[in-house]
Amino acid sequence: MIIDTTTTKVQAINSFSRLEFLKEVYETIWMLFPILILVLGITIGVLVIVWLEREISASIQQRIGPEYAGPLGILQALADGTKLLFKENLLPSRGDTYLFSIGPSIAVISILLGYLIIPFGSRLVLADLSIGVFLWIAVSSIAPIGLLMSGYGSNNKYSFLGGLRAAAQSISYEIPLTLCVLSISLLSNSSSTVDIVEAQSKYGFWGWNLWRQPIGFIVFIISSLAECERLPFDLPEAEEELVAGYQTEYSGIKFGLFYVASYLNLLISSLFVTVLYLGGWNLSIPYIFISEFFEINKIDGVFGTTIGIFITLAKTFLFLFIPITTRWTLPRLRMDQLLNLGWKFLLPISLGNLLLTTSSQLFSL
Amino acid sequence: MSEFAPICIYLVISLLVSLIPLGVPFPFSSNTSTYPEKLSAYECGFDPFGDARSRFDIRFYLVSILFIILDPEVTFFFPWAVPLNKIDPFGSWSMMAFLLILTIGFLYEWKRGASDRE
Repeated sequence: MIIDTTTTKVQAINSFSRLEFLKEVYETIWMLFPILILVLGITIGVLVIVWLEREISASIQQRIGPEYAGPLGILQALADGTKLLFKENLLPSRGDTYLFSIGPSIAVISILLGYLIIPFGSRLVLADLSIGVFLWIAVSSIAPIGLLMSGYGSNNKYSFLGGLRAAAQSISYEIPLTLCVLSISLLSNSSSTVDIVEAQSKYGFWGWNLWRQPIGFIVFIISSLAECERLPFDLPEAEEELVAGYQTEYSGIKFGLFYVASYLNLLISSLFVTVLYLGGWNLSIPYIFISEFFEINKIDGVFGTTIGIFITLAKTFLFLFIPITTRWTLPRLRMDQLLNLGWKFLLPISLGNLLLTTSSQLFSL
Repeated sequence: MSEFAPICIYLVISLLVSLIPLGVPFPFSSNTSTYPEKLSAYECGFDPFGDARSRFDIRFYLVSILFIILDPEVTFFFPWAVPLNKIDPFGSWSMMAFLLILTIGFLYEWKRGASDRE
């Protein structure tokens, strides 16, 4: 997407002047455009998730949910965010001001960086890296440092325990998650997200990695729920034990940033489930109108791109119903149960899954 | 090199996105004009006692040590997994030996009770 438009514009510029650095400056400025659109899209996506979660929670509990701000309460999250932005910014007197302030930002930055490699359409990806998913794994493990910093910087016993729990939980579930992603890149012979999606594009939905990696899929869901600190695993902010975990001392927009980080994390893990297991931007209907639909995916124009984005987002938001409903159906684990599940159940299972995948790949050569 | 240019720009933009909201409430932040109880640590209404940065459970530390052992080893698998169909059997089976050693270490750690929380 970037390259096509850029080359034509750059040729036009070169006809006017032959300065090389002007070309580079122009490319840099042109690169800002899709990035800003992506950030805007992510923000809207987070608002939609907050609204979805509140509406689904309300209907599970037989309440009405938000209804006054905008039609069906769509603008409720925006109103809450604006309110948080103008709240008083309290800094605890005995805490570490710098760690306290930077902590939420680090959590948000590390999660935002993962969106670089999400392909929304056949060529609609910000950076098609050959190390794709590996970048996400590397970058997303910075987030617990931010949580640990904010827990330590608050100088509050609840915050400190919450930060420790968050770090322990994130790093425990990082390894099964990585092993599942590793099995996927074994299957696709590539770590690039675009290649992973294209490896699933044959045979409609029968070509999804979901069918070739059922164990990996389940382990991935459980681990990503734990990484997002969603309810069966929301020990870092367990309301009954630690008041709000690492967020106890926070107020105003810093508190809001933690919520933005958690919803961003939810959105990106759902997007990764779509990309890694559910066929990404492909339409995934095997038998009906097979030729026509497969041609749609090959169209380069606005229409094909729009359909790609629509399919990706539809799969993502449909998948999001699972983490939202588990929040209201499953009870919280204890800390030792959580760590045992991670180290003694998910890790051996994902290692076995990796071994199975490897042997099937080796013998099918 | 050019494929990493979007990452640098995106890093700068995400820094801005997350740091600008921190600066917005500064005109409204009034740390000087509030009473000291408001700024003290929250401990369910009582006066906070002691320092929060005291001793904590050694098992959190054990978990992070285990992570440091296992995570780089898992990281080593990525350069092997991607070109699996291009490397010869020796390459693939030597990684199996590596995986075997990793598994033996993990089983040893399990039997020694490093991941027990009781």
